[in-house]
Amino acid sequence: MEKSSVNSGVKVIAIGGSAGSLEVLFQLLPLLRDDIKVSILIVLHRRNSADSSLSELLASKCHLPLHEADDKDVIQAGHIYLAPSDYHLLVEKDHTLSLDDSEKVNYSRPSLDVTFESAADVYGPALTGIVLSGANDDGTLGLQAIKKMGGTIIVQDPETAQIPIMPQNALTHLAIDHIFSIRQMAEYLNSAELN
Amino acid sequence: MIEDEDIELLLTDLFELHGYDFTSYSRASLKRRINRLYSLDKFPSFAELRYRVRSDTSYLKRFVEEITVNVTEMFRDPTFYLSLRNDILPILGTKPFIRIWHAGCSTGEEVYSMAILLKEAGLLRKSLLYATDLNPTVLEKVRRGIFPMNQMKQYSESYIASGGEMDFSDYYTANYGQAKFNGELSEKIIISTHNLVSDSSFNEFDLILCRNVLIYFDKDLQDRVLRLFDSSLGSLGYLALGSKETLKFSVVQHNYKQLNREKIWKKVV
Ligand SMILES: C[S@@+](CC[C@H](N)C(=O)[O-])C[C@H]1O[C@@H](n2cnc3c(N)ncnc32)[C@H](O)[C@@H]1O
Repeated sequence: MEKSSVNSGVKVIAIGGSAGSLEVLFQLLPLLRDDIKVSILIVLHRRNSADSSLSELLASKCHLPLHEADDKDVIQAGHIYLAPSDYHLLVEKDHTLSLDDSEKVNYSRPSLDVTFESAADVYGPALTGIVLSGANDDGTLGLQAIKKMGGTIIVQDPETAQIPIMPQNALTHLAIDHIFSIRQMAEYLNSAELN
Repeated sequence: MIEDEDIELLLTDLFELHGYDFTSYSRASLKRRINRLYSLDKFPSFAELRYRVRSDTSYLKRFVEEITVNVTEMFRDPTFYLSLRNDILPILGTKPFIRIWHAGCSTGEEVYSMAILLKEAGLLRKSLLYATDLNPTVLEKVRRGIFPMNQMKQYSESYIASGGEMDFSDYYTANYGQAKFNGELSEKIIISTHNLVSDSSFNEFDLILCRNVLIYFDKDLQDRVLRLFDSSLGSLGYLALGSKETLKFSVVQHNYKQLNREKIWKKVV
């Protein structure tokens, strides 16, 4: 996995959240500069129904191109991809996205763990995982996989999270690299070392 | 955890010893499925798993069933079925005879949904629905037409959202927690195993549905399968894919025009 990340030179951020995380994105996305080079994958627990308007809503708050992922989309620098509702979002070695409608994981499809683990496999140290507000345990195993492959792991400061259970669970089980407020997350994503 | 090289070994065994070719499946998903099964079945080592897959045919059956994803439901994506009702069936209805192929139909919920649409459009008697899958076990469920009763509330809601106006419960008989769908629906369903990787075209169809199957294939295999569909569709036939699937990576895309926001294409050559 190190090979592919060195080859492409691209850094990837996987952000996931559940209840209370949409509000975080509404604040975070507008703070991202339009010239950053990281690729961002977003996994949100959503209602079952295919509310495709969510990606349009998020795109409207953001200077970077944001799309709901289609099967086999190529991950491009400076683009943001939202996992579609009712599919798990996975990453292939050739830097394409693939979808999978297998069983729910942590009662969720998409699940943070699935995307984080699969992205860790491909991007290794070039991957950062961020867990936002939420009311269950999804994301912790995924962050663990990212850490194991040499990536960076971050949680939203539980103090600032509408529902702190998800970041708190990760904090309890893992050695988290950074505990960030929304503003700090934006600074990190805009920072030179990533871009 | 099973590593990439081990996955390659398993795939080679499956192909060389048993004729199942999974080598062009999307690796990320396949790797998850194999690792899931590895821990589910509590194998002490990869060598043990490999041995079972190589030599135990009943385990082989389980393995193939479990690494493929069989999740399905009735009237999945109701607006898709609404479009079939309003845009496609009236046109197919002008034909003397209607042939439909459900490729990768899993346990058949999609096929029975289609049969209900045809029935309500008054077209069922002149239709045949071909239901195929790689996996004989799921096809046995298609044949029986029995689905869990506890799903029926959700299916009934999706049925209504797809434009259904009848009482959904008229289509089945409830018995011991199971819903058995009416014989007049299953009568029109022809069931057969068919492997999209290795088997060829077997008929000419007016409508082919292959939903949430191509996501498990890499781009090359997707292209191959789409060409198989292209050669199995009559002129002006329709092709329907899953809600996140697309023709855009395939050479056949130029033969098709997408109808609307749903993933339904009309063959224009
Ligand atoms: C997720 S299910 C889709 C069921 C249904 N079409 C739907 O959308 O609800 C995928 C199905 O594809 C079948 N499948 C996978 N590989 C196949 C192949 N090479 N040939 C035929 N069917 C295959 C699997 O056995 C499984 O039943």
